[in-house]
Amino acid sequence: MIQEALLKLLEEDARLSDRQIAARLGTSEEEVASSRAELEQQGRIVGYQTIVNDDSIGVAAFIEVRCTPEQEGGFNRLAERIARFDEVRSCFLMSGGYDLLVMVEAKDLMGVAKFVTDKLSSMGGVLSTSTHFRLKTYKLNGLMFDVPSSSERISVAP
Amino acid sequence: MDWNHTLSRQIAQLPRSGIREFFDLVIGSKGIISLGVGEPDFVTPWHVREAAIYSLEKGHTTYTSNYGLESLRRAISQYVQDFFHVEYDPTCEILPTVGVSQAIDLALRCLLNPGDEVLYHEPGYVSYAPTVSMTYAHATPIQTSIDDLFALSPQKLEEAISPATKVLMLNFPTNPTGSIAPLGTLKKIADICRKHDIFVLTDEIYSELRYDGETHTSIASLPGMKERTLLLHGFSKAFAMTGMRLGYACGPRELIDLMVKIHSYTMICPSITSQEAGIEALKNGKPAMEEMRDSYHRRRDYIVKRFNEMGMDCHMPGGAFYTFPSVKRFGLSSRDFALRLLKEQKVAAVPGTAFGSCGEGYLRCCYATGFNLLEQACDKMAHFCESLQSQQTCV
Ligand SMILES: Cc1ncc(COP(=O)(O)O)c(C=O)c1O
Repeated sequence: MIQEALLKLLEEDARLSDRQIAARLGTSEEEVASSRAELEQQGRIVGYQTIVNDDSIGVAAFIEVRCTPEQEGGFNRLAERIARFDEVRSCFLMSGGYDLLVMVEAKDLMGVAKFVTDKLSSMGGVLSTSTHFRLKTYKLNGLMFDVPSSSERISVAP
Repeated sequence: MDWNHTLSRQIAQLPRSGIREFFDLVIGSKGIISLGVGEPDFVTPWHVREAAIYSLEKGHTTYTSNYGLESLRRAISQYVQDFFHVEYDPTCEILPTVGVSQAIDLALRCLLNPGDEVLYHEPGYVSYAPTVSMTYAHATPIQTSIDDLFALSPQKLEEAISPATKVLMLNFPTNPTGSIAPLGTLKKIADICRKHDIFVLTDEIYSELRYDGETHTSIASLPGMKERTLLLHGFSKAFAMTGMRLGYACGPRELIDLMVKIHSYTMICPSITSQEAGIEALKNGKPAMEEMRDSYHRRRDYIVKRFNEMGMDCHMPGGAFYTFPSVKRFGLSSRDFALRLLKEQKVAAVPGTAFGSCGEGYLRCCYATGFNLLEQACDKMAHFCESLQSQQTCV
């Protein structure tokens, strides 16, 4: 079972080739390819993306949404409806004081405002929203932003 | 000033470390991938660094007792008991030091009189012989070879013992070969030490970093050995804390007592910041340590395979983070091979001779380097080996 090891490597660097991964895990390229395919099929690997530092370009907001659950399916239908909007980058069902946490990206402040007023709050079932704007990203998907690489080791040591 | 007269002859005559010589060459070159380091490529785990910061924040900036913090000694005692299965009394049998380095120095100074002899196995860690010389005692290497997978042969040990022999220094897993002593061998070594009344100084700084599926056994845990063994261990390697400069010695109270005497005059104590970080590492550092260990394991498997594929015969080392591939078939000395590799491919590896003359024909390559860099280094080395081989066939 190389799947967990494979995931760990890919989560750190999705650009590694099957050949590189095979060498690192001491297995064959075929084994890596088939494990990867299996993980994709299972939906465990959802996609491969690049982590971009866009703090200084776009605007992002985390919106807490309270809504009424439906008799059948609870929050699912509404959550999926919200998640389908292009502006929505992530959407989670939460425990606690609100129901959905929706992360939205837009070109500017007005973009976010428009999304919240025109689309989100007017949606049937949405009771209230509370919008928090991102000011600065320190860490995303396990990667630290803007940290100068740690101090140099001396190149020859006992 | 007449320096010949002014400086200590004993120190002036000590040979310069072969590592140091190589370092001076590497330092001038740019864009080097180095397999020449002797320390982890991980930063100290954050929870340990955080403990150090918190210690400073609380204003803990004083000396501690010469014995170090009692809480640290208790944590060491517990850890050593769990890991090495030897019990040491935290009140008098454990001494926290500024790295294993200082513990070696203290121990040798407290054990040796001028003219005494210390045996150690070569290729071995660079500081042993010079530190013995500084006490005006004599260090005698026992050569190990690939035939014993660089573990000390009990027979060679027995042959090397002379009436002046007082101390045996051991280091398993070994820097620079990564070798380990099989339990059977360790038992025979212990028998010999008891028979000849030899004291053992065992540097087990790499003991957590084992990849051969065996659990580490300390010679101190073998019957009748605790009273004639000083066990040295530290935080540098397994917990990636080289810069914290913290280690410890565990052994008979008579020896620890004497070591504390020197320690109280020359060092006082390791920094309290490091001591408090050390407590955190011992208590909660296991998951991070195991993750680092597993990462070294994968890299070891990778690099040994690559070396063998490129024609450098390389045994599978059981521990530490070093490989010791042979370059004999290329018809170059270790030093020439390393120099040309550095010049032509910008990969730095340390000539085996830096660790004793029987390291001739070998390189020490440390794989505590990011996988991407390891891959690049291996590609470059493969290229280099190929070019050497084609030159050989042309001749
Ligand atoms: C075998 C061995 N002993 C001791 C040391 C020094 O350890 P410390 O950092 O604890 O002084 C090293 C460091 O490379 C080593 O390889």
